[in-house]
Amino acid sequence: MASTVAAHTVDLVKTYGKGDARVSALAGVSVDINAGEFTAIMGPSGSGKSTLMHCMAALDKPDSGQVVIGETDLSTLDDKRLTLMRRTEIGFVFQAFNLVPTLTAEENILLPLSIAGKKPDPAWYATVIEAVGLADRLGHRPNEMSGGQQQRVACARALVSRPAIVFADEPTGNLDSTSGAEVLGFLRRSVDEFNQTVVMVTHDPTAASYTDRVLFLADGVVVDELREPTSESVLAKMSSIQRSIGS
Amino acid sequence: MRRVTWRNLFAHKLRLLLSAFAIVLGIAFLSGSLVFTDTLGRSFDQLAYGTVTDVTVRPATEAGDAVSMNINRDARSIPAEYVEKVANLPQVKQAQGAISGTGVFVVKKNNRLLGGTGAPTIGLNAGVGEPIPNAAGEQMVNWLKGTEPTKEGEIALDQRSADNAGYAVGETVKLAMPGDPPIVKAKLVGTFEFASGGLAGATLVVFDDKSAQKYFYGGEDVFSTIAVQGRAGVSQEELASAVAKVIPPGTEAVTGEKLGAESKDLFDQLLGFMNTFLLVFAGIALVVGTFLIVNTFSILVAQRSRELALLRALGASRKQVSRSVLTEAFVIGLIGSTLGLALGFGLAMALKAIFSNFGLDLSGTALVFEPRTIAAGYLVGVLVTMVAAWIPARRAARVPPVAAMRDDVAMPESSLRWRLVLAMLLGLVGAAAMAAGLWLDVPKPIIWVGAGIFGVLMAVALGSPVVAIPVLAVFGVIYRALFKAVGQLAAQNARRNPRRTAATASALMIGLALVTTMSILGASINRSIDAGVDREFSADFLVQNATAQPFSPEIATQLAAVNGVEAVAASQFIVLQIDDSDVYASAIEPVEFAKVFKLDFVSGVAPTERRTMAVSESTAEKFDLKVGDVVDLPFVTTTEPTTVTGIFADSQVVGNVVVPMRTVTDAGFQRADTALGVKIAPEAGFKTVQAAFENAVADNPTVVVQDKQSFAEAQRAQVNTLLYLIYALLALAIVIAVLGIVNTLALSVIERTREIGLLRAVGLTRPQLRRMVRLESVAIAILGAVLGIGAGLIFGLALQKSFADDGITDLAIPAGSLAIFVLVSAVVGILAAVLPARRAAKLDVLDAIAGE
Repeated sequence: MASTVAAHTVDLVKTYGKGDARVSALAGVSVDINAGEFTAIMGPSGSGKSTLMHCMAALDKPDSGQVVIGETDLSTLDDKRLTLMRRTEIGFVFQAFNLVPTLTAEENILLPLSIAGKKPDPAWYATVIEAVGLADRLGHRPNEMSGGQQQRVACARALVSRPAIVFADEPTGNLDSTSGAEVLGFLRRSVDEFNQTVVMVTHDPTAASYTDRVLFLADGVVVDELREPTSESVLAKMSSIQRSIGS
Repeated sequence: MRRVTWRNLFAHKLRLLLSAFAIVLGIAFLSGSLVFTDTLGRSFDQLAYGTVTDVTVRPATEAGDAVSMNINRDARSIPAEYVEKVANLPQVKQAQGAISGTGVFVVKKNNRLLGGTGAPTIGLNAGVGEPIPNAAGEQMVNWLKGTEPTKEGEIALDQRSADNAGYAVGETVKLAMPGDPPIVKAKLVGTFEFASGGLAGATLVVFDDKSAQKYFYGGEDVFSTIAVQGRAGVSQEELASAVAKVIPPGTEAVTGEKLGAESKDLFDQLLGFMNTFLLVFAGIALVVGTFLIVNTFSILVAQRSRELALLRALGASRKQVSRSVLTEAFVIGLIGSTLGLALGFGLAMALKAIFSNFGLDLSGTALVFEPRTIAAGYLVGVLVTMVAAWIPARRAARVPPVAAMRDDVAMPESSLRWRLVLAMLLGLVGAAAMAAGLWLDVPKPIIWVGAGIFGVLMAVALGSPVVAIPVLAVFGVIYRALFKAVGQLAAQNARRNPRRTAATASALMIGLALVTTMSILGASINRSIDAGVDREFSADFLVQNATAQPFSPEIATQLAAVNGVEAVAASQFIVLQIDDSDVYASAIEPVEFAKVFKLDFVSGVAPTERRTMAVSESTAEKFDLKVGDVVDLPFVTTTEPTTVTGIFADSQVVGNVVVPMRTVTDAGFQRADTALGVKIAPEAGFKTVQAAFENAVADNPTVVVQDKQSFAEAQRAQVNTLLYLIYALLALAIVIAVLGIVNTLALSVIERTREIGLLRAVGLTRPQLRRMVRLESVAIAILGAVLGIGAGLIFGLALQKSFADDGITDLAIPAGSLAIFVLVSAVVGILAAVLPARRAAKLDVLDAIAGE
């Protein structure tokens, strides 16, 4: 397995609210995301897993600590540079509402590139379209596609600009198991075949079983890690974490 | 249910404010107009009733009150001996001869006229003895400084005029007079004010009795009227009937009550016009505002459809849902009306200030806030809002309860086809009404044309979503080429809901349609003036009064004496009545006139004898006259059977009727020239004569000497002033339309929050996002401009056609102005997008993606 680091965080701290309502979402998180690996972030709700991903994906700013994507320290960037970072180095797949309703599937896929005023690499574009299995759906608008198809379009969009790292936030949360499997299968292939780095937040052990490595968060810190996970091992680990918090 | 309504109102304060703003502006204009005209009315009432005595003796009028309305000046008088006779009656406490005449002007120290085209300047006599109080028993005049004038060479002025002209008591004042001599210099011996309040900007010049008789009656010992004060306990009627027994035939004794009412009627006619004029613009503002509200509520209902569906699912009836929306509208209408009334008060103050600049000074009268103004403001404001919310409210009620379970709710939309059918129907009816007004013989064609225009305007507004689709498609192509992805997104956003985009654009469309119509009319009038001047200005010089008032015939004599002058054609403008309707007539000396101007006689000849006249072709047609017909013309005291001697082609140089000059004096009007045409000898140098003229009238600032070019320019300037005033008023409609765009964009931004978050997440920068909103806004604005200018072109053509007989003979389409309107609309779009774009750019990416 590749061992270069695609992104890492140092001592990330993020709190919400004030006074009694103060909630510590991240209480000093330091993780490395290895390049060419499919990493899952898991944890019970309120564990800070989404906050961690948002901070890493340049969507949110930590109170302190560092996020480094490749060689770039995000804390040194202003809004414009962060936007450019998202445009070129980072890909996204959200749980829902991934697509602009007025644009066709193809236009949605090419959106980050056309915003940047760039043309896609035709060979790479063809590869992505083929991999995602949407060649016959390119002219359709989001409301003419199923939820699974929409998520696959979102995946294609995330990949087409060849970002350093793709973040997926519960990408299968709104899907039935078959559609979910298609999306997860595609993300897996993108890691295996295109050597893409993918980070996914999920609470679904089955989804986590598609990944190479699972990071477990609880109360704003990384509490455990699992390599080569299976649904069973993930489930077992989660139960033990749940118990340790509960006690 | 009620609590839900209230929560909604407070949860969306910004939306509330924006939609209320349209109402605020409309109501402000409405109430401002009402307050201003009420104030004006109060001021004139004070003037009308505060200045009449118990009884007034005056020359009896044949044609009734209408004579005092027009510009003819009554030259008849009452011999002074009757003052004595009236004064000796037992019922009479005091009687005084009074003289008043218009056309007197105070010349300021810089040799300019005080006042001008606004309020009149009136010359009065001081009267002998104690001043007579008005019918209410109050002194009419308060002397502030100095004394009354008692001998020739002394005058008094009202304080405000003295101040404005810069004269202090003791200084010498120059006056331009309507008779002979044209210029009088006199010492200012006193200043006064009217006890009943302001003079509405009028200037009063008081002479001693002898001088007044000299200036207005050629030195005869006569008066215009006799002012009578009764003894205590004698009623106005008793007094009038007693006085009537001793006055000469041809005069009448009128009670103060009646005279006051007559003046009030006269003022009301003038004010009624201004009132209507202002209310028309208030109406336009409200119509445009209605569009804004319909649109705002439609969007709000669409955005809340899920919430409404939830309410329905929980058991709220359709009625409750629609009532909830209507209650919201009611509250917005109430708040908007309240703010509008407050703003209207401010607007009335502004109008007061503006009008005082034009010489209509109302500083003596406080603003009048009638209960009716408040009632009208609330009624119209609330009604308009609720009617506008009615359609969206019905639509809200149609949201099926099951929609609450769905992720994305589409509002049930009525099909565009119905709208199109309705629009076409309305358009056809409007076009038919316009056509009827233009080509058919219907009564009041201008109302037909106006109603037709309104119908077509509404049809365009209704059908605009259908028209919008191809126009916006063009935008898509252009935007994509110019602005790439951002342009494409903007164009797609504008096309996403053509109904919404078109409704927003419609508000701008209405304003621009009217502006375009007016600009075409203005350009056509200007071109017609130029053409008319080219055709008919055969004189070398035209001499007129700067204030459109008649001037002393002495000027004509002076100019005729200048070296190189071949002929001077004098004309006096008078108003006559044929079959009870007013016609404008020119009194001329036919022989002299023909040397300067050429009237094109279709049949017959020019009138020279007493009781003869010539009429224009259009007048002949209107009254069905031909050469040899005899018409009864009512004059001040008599009715003269007058023979038509000729019919001439319509002309800008003269009125619709031409009579010999002697008719004026025969009829009992005072002689004064309205215009002089001058022809110079071929060998005389144009410049030399011009200089000699300037020299001859240098002393008299009322008189303006114009050659062909400066005449045309002066005519155009008048038209343009009116045009700019109308533009300024229509700007209000444009402002409301801009608010409409702001509102729609702001609501769209809220609606598309998640989408905007997504775009930002995938790399759209803030400037790009702002540009996207801006481009959408420009697309909406230009759509409005295209629709408006298109409609305005049709209306302009139609109106020019309908006024072709009234002097707008030539059509002109001001392409440059129209291009500027499109440009201005684009700028309007950019400005309207400022706040919504900023709001969109400020959205936090994470919050936006998370949704509401």
